[in-house]
Amino acid sequence: MRFWSHVAELVKKDLRTEGRSGEIFFVTIPFGVLALFLIPFALPNDQELLSVIGGGIFWVILLLFGMTLTFRHSETGAQRMLMSMLGMDPAARFVARVIASALLLLAFSLVLVPTVVILYEPITPAGWPILSVILVMVCLGIAAIGTLSGEVTIGLRNRTVLAPLLVAPLSVPLLVPAAVATDSLSSQGSILVPALIILFALLGVTAIGVLTARPLEEASR
Amino acid sequence: MKHVLSFEKVSIRLGRAPILRDLTLTVSPGDVIGLSGPNGAGKSTLLRAAATLIRLATGTGTVLGVDMATAGPDVRARIGMLAHDPAVFGELTLLENLEFVARITGQPEERALEILEAVGLRAAAYRRADCSSHGMARRVDIARLVLTEPKLVLLDEAAAGLDEAAVSLIATAIERTTIAGGAVILVTHDATYLDTVTNRHWRLVDGTVHEDAP
Repeated sequence: MRFWSHVAELVKKDLRTEGRSGEIFFVTIPFGVLALFLIPFALPNDQELLSVIGGGIFWVILLLFGMTLTFRHSETGAQRMLMSMLGMDPAARFVARVIASALLLLAFSLVLVPTVVILYEPITPAGWPILSVILVMVCLGIAAIGTLSGEVTIGLRNRTVLAPLLVAPLSVPLLVPAAVATDSLSSQGSILVPALIILFALLGVTAIGVLTARPLEEASR
Repeated sequence: MKHVLSFEKVSIRLGRAPILRDLTLTVSPGDVIGLSGPNGAGKSTLLRAAATLIRLATGTGTVLGVDMATAGPDVRARIGMLAHDPAVFGELTLLENLEFVARITGQPEERALEILEAVGLRAAAYRRADCSSHGMARRVDIARLVLTEPKLVLLDEAAAGLDEAAVSLIATAIERTTIAGGAVILVTHDATYLDTVTNRHWRLVDGTVHEDAP
């Protein structure tokens, strides 16, 4: 019970902090939209081609910009020590950060999705309810991978280089099935297998994050 | 609880480097211990070990009656620590910082404003922490001690750079802790401060603690 009340407080704090720093709303979202807008200029003027690649482009943009979002302003040493001294379970801090990052990623997606639909016309509207479930799982997965990578590299001098290098291979089991699922939806195919792969990847990363939260925290002191 | 803190033949390493060795010491309820020593002697490391933030390399210890090898977040929540830098969240107001602590530790949230007033921050309660001075952030740290009422307080040069009023707030917090049956260990280089606030004095030399006669 205390675990989840700590998680809820940390999520609230994280979202409030993010809302005030404005990094996501004034940097990540505009640049993500701009990237979606610019990519068609590098391609032949072919709407069919854009429809085919639209889903994949969406996931790549979500990963690239979402990654910067999950690495946002890490706590200072004093703040980390404070949370330890307040008796917070490191696993609660991991879970809270994943949830907060996933919520921010979903907000980012809410802006990206209409942009993709307008510019790329990727899939038929009938697939949206299922795709939204996939989107939630992928956002949680990216958030978990980003948070875990951030924790592993905390305190390292080359953190800004190392953390993305860790995220890239770990996110493959999320992004490839997500792109396949998007493609399957447009061709009325089944998305069961890609959805299960995403689910297992999400559960696996989350379990690793929760189990390693305490040793990683101790190592970073 | 006989001792608030006890170390028996404790040594502490940071990485492979031995920092403290063969420490045997006890802290009893009511003790206010001044800890001094040259830079790099391991004063902060000793405080962090007492706070269970660093594992003991060898030896055994207890803090608040719990074996340090098994002490977890619950024990840590009963220890108050003020490190070199104030621990506040910059984007939150001073009041929000304290309310956050209240909610996490299960204290009544309403007390936050009242305590901020007691530490002289009523007028700045709605100011963001990153727009506040070092002294104000430090007062929030002190307010946190008042709110959470820890049984063991560890102060790492907490009075450095503070005005007289803030220093006296720390003295009041120390007094409250000892009256409630707790103990305090404070690191300082200020000999006058040591004499006025503490009742025991440890000197840290070559990785071991020497206690001065009272």
